[in-house]
Amino acid sequence: MELSGGEIVVQSLIDEGVEFLFGYPGGAVLHLYDAIFHQQKVKHILVRHEQAAVHSADAYARSTGKPGVVIVTSGPGATNAVTGIATAHLDSIPMVIISGQVGTPVIGSDAFQEVDMVGITRPCVKHNFLVKDIADLAVTMKKAFHVATTGRPGPVVVDVPKDITDPAIKIPYVYPKEISMRSYNPVVKGHTGQIKKAVDLLLNAQRPIIYAGGGVILGNGSNELTEFAKLLGYPVTNTLMGLGGYPATDKQFVGMLGMHGTYEANMAMHESDVIIAIGARFDDRVTGKLEEFCPYAKIIHIDIDPSSISKTVKVDVPIVGEVTAVLKEMIALIKASNITCDQKALDAWWSQINKWRDVDCLKYDYSEDIIKPQYVVEQLYEVTKGEAFVTSDVGQHQMFAAQYYHFDKPRRWINSGGLGTMGFGLPAAIGVKLAHPDADVACITGEASIQMCIQELATATQYRTPVKVINLNNRYMGMVRQWQEFSYQSRYSESYMDTIPDFVKLAEAYGHVGMKIEKPIDVRPALEEAFAMKDKLVFMDFITDRTENVFPMIEAGKSHHDMKLRVAPGTPIDRELA
Amino acid sequence: MRHIISILIENESGALSRVAGLFSARGYNIESLTVAPTEDSTLSRMTLVTRGSDEVIEQITKQLNKLIDVVKLIDLAEAVHVERELMLVKVKTMDETREEVRRLAEIFRGKIIDVTSSSYVIEMTGPSDKLDAFVAALDEESLVEVVRSGPMGMSRGEKGLHL
Repeated sequence: MELSGGEIVVQSLIDEGVEFLFGYPGGAVLHLYDAIFHQQKVKHILVRHEQAAVHSADAYARSTGKPGVVIVTSGPGATNAVTGIATAHLDSIPMVIISGQVGTPVIGSDAFQEVDMVGITRPCVKHNFLVKDIADLAVTMKKAFHVATTGRPGPVVVDVPKDITDPAIKIPYVYPKEISMRSYNPVVKGHTGQIKKAVDLLLNAQRPIIYAGGGVILGNGSNELTEFAKLLGYPVTNTLMGLGGYPATDKQFVGMLGMHGTYEANMAMHESDVIIAIGARFDDRVTGKLEEFCPYAKIIHIDIDPSSISKTVKVDVPIVGEVTAVLKEMIALIKASNITCDQKALDAWWSQINKWRDVDCLKYDYSEDIIKPQYVVEQLYEVTKGEAFVTSDVGQHQMFAAQYYHFDKPRRWINSGGLGTMGFGLPAAIGVKLAHPDADVACITGEASIQMCIQELATATQYRTPVKVINLNNRYMGMVRQWQEFSYQSRYSESYMDTIPDFVKLAEAYGHVGMKIEKPIDVRPALEEAFAMKDKLVFMDFITDRTENVFPMIEAGKSHHDMKLRVAPGTPIDRELA
Repeated sequence: MRHIISILIENESGALSRVAGLFSARGYNIESLTVAPTEDSTLSRMTLVTRGSDEVIEQITKQLNKLIDVVKLIDLAEAVHVERELMLVKVKTMDETREEVRRLAEIFRGKIIDVTSSSYVIEMTGPSDKLDAFVAALDEESLVEVVRSGPMGMSRGEKGLHL
């Protein structure tokens, strides 16, 4: 089969089993778009901004485990995609981004719509390629998918100059079934000796805790993690990225840890004597002050990426390997071991943890007059029976979603944890809905974040993706305002906008249903009504308490046992501006 | 502590900038960096001198290994090794100093590879501290130009860094 470069790219996507290609056309990718036009297997989703193409594909990947694929043109198309690529990079999401490039003869001449995409994306991709010869194109596409989806996953950019896709130049097409790269051989199996050491340490622990992150979800290790935790009876905490990796409604789950984690999770981390970190990377939002992080603990760390180990926190038993493979081996060892854990110590540990639980750190004061954002998330959880896919933007609403929506299954919680990209939520919800057309998909957002990619309401119209937008509208950039309240004596510098659009009319203008909900009593019925409209995107504008804060909070530079709690629930903190 | 990291890397355009970019992005320092293709034209060998605590060096080697183009690397400072650096020095000479400079070059086993009536270019190889010593021994006024390759190295014994 002889194909042009443009056809080779598209055929390689077909051969990879790609369902959706998120993108936006432009000069440098016109040959590619012509090849897209001539086939039906890969469905192209036309977004309204390249950043959204990457977020949609990213969320498709997060919710399915399959790589997300994007196509953008050169220059501004490529630079618009960079925020999305960096978002995927920090959360290790498998993606292939095809960017158009000016023709090879004019590369480097500051040609129209030329940027050095390989140079610009180098620090925020797992790897990137510039294809200079059509003969390399099929192999490069194969390498891109291979690198993106194996080892610690990540985004891979393939920059394709326009002349490489010229329809007049055709070469025989062979797509490699397998590929091996001498310079890239990710470790799979953990070191057996280290695994034995870890199991010994775990079984001799007095105050153990399992600290599991996004790696469990990326590595499809939720079942193994659950079996492992059940076998030991140890408490489990999840990172923001790990939520859903362990069932949140299970009694061994102590909640999320870190800056806005639960009191019991953070205290248990602080007081523990053995921590097993599984697919987590000791992010600064998790550790707080490094010098005071888990002072009494020996630390076991399972991670597929050697560079994650001992990067910020020195680890006692490092295990490099795939989470699932390592956990399976550990489970077998624990079952075969003649040592059993110290049940008396474990009972004492649980009774201590239950005392911390009794603090009820997520309790907030329900109000009959003003909608509390937490209440909306709680009601959403009930109305969707905990089964929805929830995407979020970034800020207070993201933390409320993480705290009050209890994820029992992996790949249901889709958020930009590492980069913290505002504008992620809506395009992400569209990507998830395309992948799971029969599932409920909610985008929990705020009036600031949603406006960063609001144009995607048009994409949602075009592809009929009836997601529900839960806009927690507090007329502030809530998290910025909260920090300003705590750290800048309530000087709310530029953290609110006094011209917020009428979201109901806006939704209607795009062909959707808009709802404005102002009374707590209306929250539940409105949610029920919205989720009953299976074929409509409903934009729900909840007018919430302006001054609500996210608690608990570990302020910057503080450690796990030094949490700010909601001292007097419901105390209006900011009377002047309320 | 000073470390010499020797890297086998795919000989592809952009490979060097991946390494350099990694160092600047993560705030590691590079004292010197030298790179050229090997006997296998698909591979380049890069020698990189850096300083840092054991933790930093561990991260540097892990991060370098994570680069897809890096095939293999070793930290030469971990074991016995030989290292050499090449230097070219251009020196202004006057009648009264000409002989002195020539003698000095001989003592350091340098070679004079360019001669004019008022200058020498001296070629010298050796460990970096020997080259430092030679430059220090020259009259500062007479120095026109110094070019150094940065050190290259190999481990001692029969084992080598190859595929």
